[in-house]
Amino acid sequence: MINIYEVSETNKMIEESNLDVRTITMGISLLDCCHENVDTVCSRIYDKITKKAENLVKTGQDIELEYGIPIVNKRISVTPIALVGGSCCRQPEDFIKIAQTLDKAAHTVGVNFLGGYSALVSKGMTKADRLLIESIPQALASTELVCSSVNVGSTRTGIDMDAVKLLGEKVKEAAYLTKDQCGIACAKLVVFCNAPDDNPFMAGAFHGVTEGESVISVGVSGPGVVKRALETVRGQGFDVLCETIKKTAFKITRVGQLVAREASSRLGVPFGIIDLSLAPTPAIGDSVADILQEIGVEYAGAPGTTAALALLNDQVKKGGIMASSYVGGLSGAFIPVSEDQGMIDAVEAGALTIEKLEAMTCVCSVGLDMIAIPGGTTASTISGIIADEAAIGMVNQKTTAVRVIPAWGKKVGDTVEFGGLLGHAPVMKVNEFGCENFINRGGRIPAPVHSFKN
Amino acid sequence: MKKTIITVIGKDRVGIIAAVCTFLSQHNINILDIDQSIIQGYFHMMMIADANKADRDFALLAADLAKIGDDLGVQIKMQHEDIFDVMHRI
Repeated sequence: MINIYEVSETNKMIEESNLDVRTITMGISLLDCCHENVDTVCSRIYDKITKKAENLVKTGQDIELEYGIPIVNKRISVTPIALVGGSCCRQPEDFIKIAQTLDKAAHTVGVNFLGGYSALVSKGMTKADRLLIESIPQALASTELVCSSVNVGSTRTGIDMDAVKLLGEKVKEAAYLTKDQCGIACAKLVVFCNAPDDNPFMAGAFHGVTEGESVISVGVSGPGVVKRALETVRGQGFDVLCETIKKTAFKITRVGQLVAREASSRLGVPFGIIDLSLAPTPAIGDSVADILQEIGVEYAGAPGTTAALALLNDQVKKGGIMASSYVGGLSGAFIPVSEDQGMIDAVEAGALTIEKLEAMTCVCSVGLDMIAIPGGTTASTISGIIADEAAIGMVNQKTTAVRVIPAWGKKVGDTVEFGGLLGHAPVMKVNEFGCENFINRGGRIPAPVHSFKN
Repeated sequence: MKKTIITVIGKDRVGIIAAVCTFLSQHNINILDIDQSIIQGYFHMMMIADANKADRDFALLAADLAKIGDDLGVQIKMQHEDIFDVMHRI
């Protein structure tokens, strides 16, 4: 029988350490919405989403009330739109029409975000893929809830450098089109290498083609809970440290698993996976950087940070895997800058640079995330950053991503304010030496050799 | 049988248990066990109850109990037992 101390521990995690379920994401296949007429596709998409996800938000709210655990976001991911719109979109405007339909459907069902305005181009781009990528800046600027992602590389296929080049330009364009809102469109655009099919987190969520008709995936969170647990073992050895993280991750994940099972049975939609990521928010005490400090570095970015992060990431997975049989998505510690007050403090103190963040992405998910860069950064430099990050993912067989926000008219040291869960970000210094000749070569970086590992 | 956990946390005063028990009986919720303790200087009470035959929706009952807590100056929560079970039992 559960005792009063256990009940008190759970409720304290929720009330004092920001334990929550970060997102219930319903994946919906839109492959059966294909048609040669774009208006027909739009009406099919709207009907399908609003029917399938009709009760998603209400169900999430009911579970919140009955179990007393906050479920911060209710979201939808859909089949990559480049596939759905392939037979009907002849120009970027056609894709934008679909984006606006997705936005309307998301508003109707009341979700926070809808992901899947995506293209998977790790080996090459079809006509439709290229049109979709061309349309991304306008699509994101003219919608509120739609998120976009492009997978430009994988360990099996290499990196499509034509897509990387194009996306450098599109990131800049998206920043320009929303310059009055601090480049918010860029916060809704992620460029991936090895993108998972079942990621429930935004902005990179899409419903992969290997998935079923619809599926419920859950992203757990809880950096605050890990931090609080580690405060009790200050000064003790790595064995105690690791054990504490594992136990805490287990507890957090079990709550996610409960919510996922419950949502799945109430909605009549199969349960997919739990994503074990530690996802920070700008709230004080809900920070991955704070955990790194608690492990023993003065600021995130100090020497030792990469090792501390590697350890944290691994222990979270070990504890989480024990708690749920179906683990997937990104599953690791997120290190966004704007969404984590500890990261922001580290940047402002001069402890954390983009180069160090890049090193940190070698050992955790997901990549260079929510980083504001000077508005004058060239498209080829952004492409260079994307290529570097994709190469880390390709060679190390892991998911990596880039979500940078060129802050129009701002320079290093200025701050951009996104508000809400997206937080605020200090503009970070970018290496200004050129890479144009590299980016302009065109073609594809071949897949790496899979033996002779070093 | 799905059990319900009701917790009361706050400064001790006359009438807390009476108010909660009266509410539960009015809504046909059976109390199975009561435990109370002082944790870090605060009054903690935990009730295990059977709300399967309650006359109203769980969410509404939880909201009403929270309101009773506000009136008494304590925090009252009503949650399904599963959340504690999954977290603390393998």
